[in-house]
Amino acid sequence: MQLTGAEIVIRCLQEENVKFLFGYPGGAVLNIYDEIFKQDKFKHVLVRHEQAAVHAADAYARATGEVGVALVTSGPGATNAVTGIATAYMDSIPMVVLSGQVPTPAIGMDAFQEVDMVGITRPCVKHNFLVRNIDELASTIKKAFYIAASGRPGPVVVDIPKDVTAHVGEFVYPESVQMRSYNPVLKGHSGQIKKALKLLLEAKRPMIYAGGGVVLGDAAEPLTKLVRQLGFPITNTLMGLGGYPATDKQFVGMLGMHGTLEANMAMQECDVLLAVGARFDDRVIGNPAHFFQNPRTIIHIDVDPSSISKRVKVDVPIVGDVKSVLADMLQLLDETEKPHNAEPLKAWWQKIEDWRGKNCLKYATSSDIIKPQYVIEKLWEATKGDAFVTSDVGQHQMWAAQYYKFDKPRRWLNSGGLGTMGVGLPYAMGAQFAFPDAQVACITGEGSIQMNIQELSTCKQFHLPIKVILLNNRYLGMVRQWQEFFYENRYSESYVDALPDFVKLAESYGHVGMRIEKPGDVESALKEAFGPSNKERFVFMDFITDQKENVFPMVPNGKGLSEIILAEDL
Amino acid sequence: MRHIVSLLMENEAGALSRVAGLFSARAYNIESLTVAPTEDETLSRMTIVTSGSDEVIEQIIKQLNKLIDVVKVLDLSDGRHIERELMLVKVKATGIFREEMKRMSDIFRGRIIDVADGSYTIELTGSGSKLDAFLEAIDKTAILETVRTGASGIGRGDRILKV
Ligand SMILES: Cc1ncc(C[n+]2csc(CCOP(=O)(O)OP(=O)(O)O)c2C)c(N)n1
Repeated sequence: MQLTGAEIVIRCLQEENVKFLFGYPGGAVLNIYDEIFKQDKFKHVLVRHEQAAVHAADAYARATGEVGVALVTSGPGATNAVTGIATAYMDSIPMVVLSGQVPTPAIGMDAFQEVDMVGITRPCVKHNFLVRNIDELASTIKKAFYIAASGRPGPVVVDIPKDVTAHVGEFVYPESVQMRSYNPVLKGHSGQIKKALKLLLEAKRPMIYAGGGVVLGDAAEPLTKLVRQLGFPITNTLMGLGGYPATDKQFVGMLGMHGTLEANMAMQECDVLLAVGARFDDRVIGNPAHFFQNPRTIIHIDVDPSSISKRVKVDVPIVGDVKSVLADMLQLLDETEKPHNAEPLKAWWQKIEDWRGKNCLKYATSSDIIKPQYVIEKLWEATKGDAFVTSDVGQHQMWAAQYYKFDKPRRWLNSGGLGTMGVGLPYAMGAQFAFPDAQVACITGEGSIQMNIQELSTCKQFHLPIKVILLNNRYLGMVRQWQEFFYENRYSESYVDALPDFVKLAESYGHVGMRIEKPGDVESALKEAFGPSNKERFVFMDFITDQKENVFPMVPNGKGLSEIILAEDL
Repeated sequence: MRHIVSLLMENEAGALSRVAGLFSARAYNIESLTVAPTEDETLSRMTIVTSGSDEVIEQIIKQLNKLIDVVKVLDLSDGRHIERELMLVKVKATGIFREEMKRMSDIFRGRIIDVADGSYTIELTGSGSKLDAFLEAIDKTAILETVRTGASGIGRGDRILKV
């Protein structure tokens, strides 16, 4: 069938069952937009800034597991998309970003709105393509979806010159993709799995540490089964929250810089550590040299070989899809006679309970000033722990991670790797489009929300009933906290002056605005926002919180996990 | 430790910059890099000379394998291999230098490939250290210009890197 390039783009997206395309038009993509106008198989979501288009597509992928798709024009449209692409890259999110490019003869001529998109995004994509010829268009898009979703997922950019969208070519959508250069290993090595299980069963102080790979790899179910059968303690990384039910007693909380005492101490003192879909990030294990002061045997399951033995040396590497490896492990466990390690395990749990008994997430409550932690606890209650929760970056993000107990995967959407302020609202949009009837809460700070505040307009256009939970401390709180701890209270440029009246701002877009200033009003306000009267409404909740509250526990940058500081230590 | 890494990759626009970009983005050392299409013109073969601890080299190999365009990677230094580099040197060939340069070129089994009134251009191949040795051996003031290709490497015997 002879089609124009623009028609081919649309047909490819339809073949991939794309339901939402997040984008923003411009000269180089006008042919494509003309074809969008003529079709109704997928919905185009017009954002107000390309960064938000990419974040929303990213969130759609996080929430559903499908590939998120965004479309931007050349030049400034493309550069605006870069932060979104890098954010998705750092968290391994499957995404395809289509960008317009100047016509092929104009490439390299410093044409109007020309940037070398392939060059700019090379370090922050899983792969990228410049389509030079209409004959390569469909097969390139097919490859892009395949690469984005397989192996360790990631964003793929397809840069399409305007003349290619106008040319006419034969449309054939390939059934499958064969690439001699790209064949991710999915099945784990059975010998290694056996070895790993033996080590686990003989462990005296075992620990399981699961990351975002479990969520992305849809492996929460086999992981939960395995952990329950073994009876071991488990921690999740910031990206892994929901990969194991947080309300379960074997869950010892999040680990890392703002992790719990019990999780961090158990990491430090365990004798056998099973890492699943995690990457021993610097915010997670702190100083590696300190981590190695305690000897332990490490088993690491990951789909990406380059994540294994990158920051810490691993004893038993298992390369493979986490879901498949965990399933193999479970089966092997069924067939294996369990040794009696009940005694040491009991003693280990006793130790963990002692740490847990310190109640490291305890905070000083107040009846006249709203504590941010309290808002999150009440949010958890008001949403019955079942909302899609997005956050921005800062203190509020850490409190959300600590106090909202995620029992299900794909419910917690945040920028863990890049730490991008401004993702919160577009992430909520992506999640709400994916699940129109679900409760979606965006936990944010007054700094972060203003980085993509223009999306209030998109939310109006598409009637998205998102609830924004602004923990308004009038500071770039996380920056202020570091300045308090490490810069002798010199709050250099961390006070946020000249804030808008968020209630009026929300109302000006036709949304509901609420300001909550007293702890006594928190619960009722949340009930109202999430209640039936606001089911269809976008509600912006401006919680005026304690200005100087700090996030605890804290493992200072460069320190070891057991050098953790608790609120009570200060 | 110095390592010589060979790789085969899709002969596509931008493939070279992906490899070069990887080395700079991750702050890996790169001593030399050579690349050219193979007899199968859909593939390019690259030889990279790098250095680093065992852990760094392991990461380099893994990261190279992770590049979507890379088909195969082999650390030649893991086994028996041969390394060759080509150098062209333009030297002064006047007065006493004219005889001397011819003699040195012969000793190092070089070839004079261009003869001009005041200069010779000598072609030399060998390991990097042989080329270094030649430059050490001749009078520094005679050197007008040098150009080196960087090392190419191949495994010995049945160590074959092929798709
Ligand atoms: C785009 C971007 N710029 C700067 C930072 C550095 N940064 C990290 S947290 C933070 C403060 C965030 O303030 P706010 O959104 O008000 O949240 P709070 O910490 O007060 O909860 C800053 C500036 C960042 N993470 N992202």
